[in-house]
Amino acid sequence: MKRLFPILSIFTAAFLAYALYRALVVAPTDALQGDVYRIIYYHVPSAWTALLLFLINFVASIVYLIRRSPKADMVALVCAEVGVVFCTVVLVTGPIWARPVWGIWWAPGDIRLTSTLVLWLIYVSYLVLRRFSSGAQTQMLAAALAVFGALDMPLVYFSIWFFRTQHPQPVIGGGGSMDPRMLHTLLINWAAFLCFAFLICWSRYRLEVVQREVEQAHALESLVGAGESAKASMPLSRSSQ
Amino acid sequence: MNAIKFLFAAYIATWLIHAFYIGTLVRRFGRLRQQWKELGKGK
Repeated sequence: MKRLFPILSIFTAAFLAYALYRALVVAPTDALQGDVYRIIYYHVPSAWTALLLFLINFVASIVYLIRRSPKADMVALVCAEVGVVFCTVVLVTGPIWARPVWGIWWAPGDIRLTSTLVLWLIYVSYLVLRRFSSGAQTQMLAAALAVFGALDMPLVYFSIWFFRTQHPQPVIGGGGSMDPRMLHTLLINWAAFLCFAFLICWSRYRLEVVQREVEQAHALESLVGAGESAKASMPLSRSSQ
Repeated sequence: MNAIKFLFAAYIATWLIHAFYIGTLVRRFGRLRQQWKELGKGK
């Protein structure tokens, strides 16, 4: 396992570099938007990756609620955190793309944009709950929040199918057409971002495992310390009687 | 259209966000390693 991580890291870096080359050089320029449309190769794969991670968080939260499995809880936490990072990328690159194309940074009231922002806020609140609450019920409350929060995901995904929005229609399966070279580049970038997300999740999972071990060791140490001080005080209390 | 700067801004912003997050992970790993050593389990 220790060897696999550096190998995967090198592979992912090379894959991301190749995906970037495809995005900037191989993919043709869009007739309407010019080169700025190439933001799609980072914006859309980041959005798909974020949605996938939130979906895994949803499944892991359900598993935790049913089985109380600590592993499921850790997977849920890791996916929420990395998902928020990818969702942040979406919320930052979207307005940067919108400014030259729509003439505005943000379309207030647009359902795709608003539901994505709400989704981000839901998972940020999930992470805040995990970070600042230390009660026994925290994991269960977080899992319940994740299950309800996931209800926003279909709204985000299908909003551009069912509502009229400023946001463009889906590039795949929405009735629109895309140059095959553009589509291949998009899928290659998504695959590269998935590898990157997997690596980050793996690191974050290891971090969580170590963190829980340190917490357990601290708890054990304070228990041993309390036991020793209780032992030390026993003879004194007996001799005084 | 002088929009190329927006393209580069988006790509740079993406990697800055990821770099920031990786930086926080590295810092947290370092802090945990320190705690582990203080507990007398470091090798």
